[in-house]
Amino acid sequence: METLFTKGFPINMKRITIFAGHYGSGKTNIAVNYALAMARDGKKVTIADLDIVNPYYRTKDSSEILAENGIELISSPYANTNVDVPALPAEAYKVTDDKSAYAIIDVGGDDRGALAMGRYAPKILEENDFEMLAVINRYRPLTKDAKSTLEVMREIEAACKMPFTGIVNNSNLGALTTREDILSSLDYANEVSRLSGLPIVMTSVLSSLYDEVKGDVPSAFPMEIYVKAKI
Amino acid sequence: MAEKVLMKGNEALAEAAIMAGCRHYFGYPITPQTEVAAYMAKRMPKIGGVFLQAESEIAAINMVIGAAATGKRAMTSSSSPGIALKSEGLSYLAGCDLPALIVNVQRGGPGLGGIQPSQSDYFHATRGAGHGDFHMIVLAPSSVQEMASFVFKGFNLAEKYRMTTMILADGTMGQMMEPVSLEMGEIESYDKSWCACGGSDKRPKNIVNSLFLQAEELEQFNIRRYEKYAEVEKNEVMYEEYMMDDAEICIAAFGIAARVSKNAIDEARKMGIKVGMIRPITLWPFPKEVFNKAADKVKAFVSVEMSMGQLIEDVELATRCKKPVLLCNRSGGMIPTLEDVIAKIKEANGGAN
Repeated sequence: METLFTKGFPINMKRITIFAGHYGSGKTNIAVNYALAMARDGKKVTIADLDIVNPYYRTKDSSEILAENGIELISSPYANTNVDVPALPAEAYKVTDDKSAYAIIDVGGDDRGALAMGRYAPKILEENDFEMLAVINRYRPLTKDAKSTLEVMREIEAACKMPFTGIVNNSNLGALTTREDILSSLDYANEVSRLSGLPIVMTSVLSSLYDEVKGDVPSAFPMEIYVKAKI
Repeated sequence: MAEKVLMKGNEALAEAAIMAGCRHYFGYPITPQTEVAAYMAKRMPKIGGVFLQAESEIAAINMVIGAAATGKRAMTSSSSPGIALKSEGLSYLAGCDLPALIVNVQRGGPGLGGIQPSQSDYFHATRGAGHGDFHMIVLAPSSVQEMASFVFKGFNLAEKYRMTTMILADGTMGQMMEPVSLEMGEIESYDKSWCACGGSDKRPKNIVNSLFLQAEELEQFNIRRYEKYAEVEKNEVMYEEYMMDDAEICIAAFGIAARVSKNAIDEARKMGIKVGMIRPITLWPFPKEVFNKAADKVKAFVSVEMSMGQLIEDVELATRCKKPVLLCNRSGGMIPTLEDVIAKIKEANGGAN
């Protein structure tokens, strides 16, 4: 079966891929899409939800489709329940201890969310087979320009004690995103790349827009919206 | 049109408050409204405003009273259990005739309840959220855009009538992300000669207080306040009508329940059922007249709500029980599904479809 990755999607796949970024930048949705793309490429994949900030709209919302694709989901037993307990599951250590599987880590928003990552950082750095990707969205008001985006990235790095290695341009306006919205975010992403010295690993694009923009967007990553509003 | 940005309801609300001139925010964290405080904590220091995390909800509302008494645009936000704690302060705000903005991003109750969305503080918000005779203006947003624009409207109404405006949202409104335009219009300015702001000029001393030594005097204040409430009821009612022109069934719903209802109406119309909706935007003052007029046309109402039957009482009162009002509800953090609402529409239609 031809998959995104066998089609030659240009990514240097490491054993652990971490998605971190500003609150509401779309980390969870990117992580779920990325895990699905890897699983469809025949890889054994585990996805860990380390979000200790968000009460709603969690990786767990996608548990069915993840299970259908043979992806192991590690998530707090309290996610999507009626209590607000910022607990991490003990199984989360699997991402560093079980080296037979690829691991995707979905980190909570901002530096406060990234704090939880710090617990796993020493082992990840020791293994040194990871990508930590900054998910950025210029349509979020507190990361509307490259300078403020870089500030948030630095705060996250300080909180989780790990360096970013690349950028995911996830600039979007939800389901209402247009081709123009994506194209007009490219300069912004390039500026973040220039200021940080990090490569743009991919630009995420709603599947419905993929054919329209793929010629104009380098490393366009087609995705579905899995984590969505209840209404 | 202003450029759109992607925001959580809670963030859009906080940014709109800043744009509306609010520089005094006092709060205490509680899910699912914590992003309001978190956003204020990041933004206020950059613009010379005050973000203060108080030691409790009660402290926060009393700080709002203090700031409001000086004529400043002040606000606090919380979720259901925290709003219950603020109730004493809400009564004092009314007793002092102070303008302020209070935000309730509701969650399931009673008691500690849970963190999932709810509308079960409807009675609390609309029946006077504390002791004594008083009302608040209550606005019910149904989108992230309205979370922002009602803040603007809310501050203007609060100052116009020297009343508390409450934004009655729910966890879904607070947490969901939607594109929003932050072009908010004009900040209206109103007479503030009543405020207690130092007395350095030559005007007579102003005292902001809710204590009256004589019962007759207190009664007169209450009577005058209710004359003001009558003005608000006359001038400020807001609602949205959806497909009501030929409707035989009328849904009453606000907030997130109105969004589910809209989808249900679209589906039911495809089945040939003539159903529409009146969405109250001001829960107080309640749009009594439009419901009462609708009662002369439709054969039944359906109250779609995330509570055990609270909105339904206002629909029955407004329509003088001229037509049956069915209840379609979930509670405790659950949201009515599209199927729930369609089933109830069919029942209201006589069950024949």
